[in-house]
Amino acid sequence: MNINDKLDIREILKDLDKYEPRRRGWAWRKPVKELEMAGNIYLDASEPLKNSIPLPAAKYFDNIDPQPVQSITSEIASGRFEDDIRRMRMAAWHGADHLMVIRTAGQSHFDGLIEGTPQGVGGVPISRKQVRAQRKALDIIEDEIGRPINYHSYVSGVAGPDIAVMFAEEGVNGAHQDPQYNVLYRNINMVRSFVDAAESKKIMAWADILQIDGAHNANATAMVAWKVMPELMVQHAINSLFSVKAGIKKENIALSTVPPTASPAPDLKINLPYAKALRDFFDEYKMRAQMNTKYMESSTREATVTHVLNMVISKLTSADIQSTITPDEGRNVPWHMYNVEACDTAKQSLIGMDGLLEMVELKQSGYLPDKVRELKERAVLFFEELLQTGGYFKAVEEGFFIDSGIYPERNGDGISRQIDGGVGVNTVYERDPDYFAPVTAHFGYNNISQYGLKQGDNPSILINGSTFEDRSKIIFIDELDETDNVDIRMKENEKYRNTNLIRPEVEWLADGTVVIDITLPTSVKYAEAASLEIAKKMNLSEPEVIHKELLHPAEATRIQVKGKFNFDIDMSKLVLPEEPDLLSDTDIREYVDNHPVTIVAGTVGEDEHSVGLREIIDIKHGGIEKYGIKCIYLGTSVPISKLIDAAIEADADAILMSTIISHDDIHYKNMKKTHDLAVEKGIRDKIIIIAGGTQVTPELARKQGVDAGFGRGTKGHHVASFIVKQKEKMNDN
Amino acid sequence: MNKHKTREDDFLSRRQHLANLTDEELKQRFWDLADKTTQPLIDLALTHTSPAIERSVLLRMGFSSLEAAGLVKKVIANNLMGKGAGHVVYRYSKISGLEIREAGLKLLEDIGWQEVKNSFGVQS
Repeated sequence: MNINDKLDIREILKDLDKYEPRRRGWAWRKPVKELEMAGNIYLDASEPLKNSIPLPAAKYFDNIDPQPVQSITSEIASGRFEDDIRRMRMAAWHGADHLMVIRTAGQSHFDGLIEGTPQGVGGVPISRKQVRAQRKALDIIEDEIGRPINYHSYVSGVAGPDIAVMFAEEGVNGAHQDPQYNVLYRNINMVRSFVDAAESKKIMAWADILQIDGAHNANATAMVAWKVMPELMVQHAINSLFSVKAGIKKENIALSTVPPTASPAPDLKINLPYAKALRDFFDEYKMRAQMNTKYMESSTREATVTHVLNMVISKLTSADIQSTITPDEGRNVPWHMYNVEACDTAKQSLIGMDGLLEMVELKQSGYLPDKVRELKERAVLFFEELLQTGGYFKAVEEGFFIDSGIYPERNGDGISRQIDGGVGVNTVYERDPDYFAPVTAHFGYNNISQYGLKQGDNPSILINGSTFEDRSKIIFIDELDETDNVDIRMKENEKYRNTNLIRPEVEWLADGTVVIDITLPTSVKYAEAASLEIAKKMNLSEPEVIHKELLHPAEATRIQVKGKFNFDIDMSKLVLPEEPDLLSDTDIREYVDNHPVTIVAGTVGEDEHSVGLREIIDIKHGGIEKYGIKCIYLGTSVPISKLIDAAIEADADAILMSTIISHDDIHYKNMKKTHDLAVEKGIRDKIIIIAGGTQVTPELARKQGVDAGFGRGTKGHHVASFIVKQKEKMNDN
Repeated sequence: MNKHKTREDDFLSRRQHLANLTDEELKQRFWDLADKTTQPLIDLALTHTSPAIERSVLLRMGFSSLEAAGLVKKVIANNLMGKGAGHVVYRYSKISGLEIREAGLKLLEDIGWQEVKNSFGVQS
């Protein structure tokens, strides 16, 4: 598709009943040994993209966009999957290749598959139609960026096996699956959770889905987050080994591991030994490095720094998948730009630390290995007591998990569940000796011999193949609710879809949300109230303070307010400034190297302004000197005759005249004078005349006879680019 | 609120039996304990089923999520979960000579249950 076209959501929704995923399984990035880009050698990079948006500073480095070797996750789930699709495209362009969809609140207690496209809360209702639409869109997006994108959601709740089947059929590439998550955080009966999990995992194994566990939630939940470190290792081990026993290959099992603490605690001192201990014990498994969310507040800056420190740990140990958390997650359901920021933060940090372990290594003696050993022993002791107590279920009943003591310390505040309690209790049935299921990837006892099959035969041959062999057997349900679906939502905001009308948005098309950043010279209390008043006076509806930051108790407070901007902007009525056609720095420099360029410059008339012109010229402001252009600066209030004489004497290629004062159009009059005098002196056809100033309109300037006019916001790059192009044009003639 | 026992950190006394293990031995012990913890859980799963598992079987047999949910409810009501919901449909398809989907849809209409139960020897 054309990169300048918007994704056509209606086109994506068309013929979904016939959609077939193009592949199954996870796609890792392809590492490139010693990747060379713009003269840099990268040791931990992967194949570059066909289309992407590089980091802002890339403009100083030939716009390269080196991609780290780790898969990068972006979690996108605003409640409207049709808008999330557009955000997925943004994230993919900024380096995400693992797109994770959070489920709507309550889905884990929904006993079956959700169908259709109802709107979600805090996530998206995961349904076959929604999954197909997003996977279909990702097919388009991955072709556009030139790298496979992994699509991911959750196989949990009381419908885990149902969802696993649907994901296997629909080519979902990664999924969370961890029965402990159901038990501890969703209060789903523990027997049911483990029985279901084995089936789910067996299905995921068939579909080659990469599994991520749920242990990191312990950290986000515990009262004293970092103290759960020994328990985290136990949780990881239970799910990992249970998964292996259910049939998943170790290379398809990823630990969701999170650095448990954050600054102002001594971040690395606590997090690094834990990360090392975990990787020592689980060296046969993959690591999905999650970021710390426990200590996220409304400061996006603080969250970003925490996440960068988390990535230092990823680089010092290992990470196969680097997750990102949007820095606004501490204050709202993530917004577009923060998904993008988080992806950029990951890319910038990981590439910035490229080759780190070629230069430093972790110490083999002292604090680090001592602490690593201690954590491992504590985890072993946890397991020992768990077994002495009577096993996993008994230990859960006894509140072993999410206790805020560092094991074997106990604070008695763990989460406790009863074996005969929770959602879905008493819904597990013993299989009879003649139990049978005629399908592929079914876990556990299955009496196939009663129908004449031998061990190892696929029971689905008895029904001429299950849906895993024959996709045409899948029943696609489009919508169940006429009042709550994507068509209704799209009709509501139709006037903003591919029309001239736009509104600001942060998550949904035309949601109107804007943020204003206000610093007020008063205390928090007054600043907060004043900010809401300011937002109202700016005509924003539903104003709400989303961040406050004390700059000083008495001197100032910084407030961020969100509100709704309830007006449409008609793009067909906008007057757009002319876009300068710029040469690259390298091209300009190359030209000047081969054809030396001299200019004379000054502020003309009775005009003492010098700042603007100096910025255009001076090397320290990024002015044209940096390209090697020789600049003869004559100062301010320079008579026009002097400017022309100096140009003749220096055999200059160009005159840069600055005119700030515009009273009585004196600036345009001086331009005309300069042009006329150059003609009179016989040099006009050999010299470029450029006029600049805050009140200069390019078109009017050219009418006075000069070659170009530059107004407010002009940089040296614009002027140098113009000079080189003009010189080339003059040489052609 | 302390619902469960509290305990001071007795790590130093509790670890004595681990102190002389090499790192490799400690790791081996960790995974042995993990094995002992997970084996009863996987054994339980081997021999049991649930409504979600049976729905997932029916989905793979070509039923919609709504049909699968309806069928499993009826399988439970007819006391046939121990046989497997997929098995019930398969058995009825054998008895009736109908295709799998048609057999399942008949069962959804409450047709055929008695024959299935008779064939399994299940009393209602």
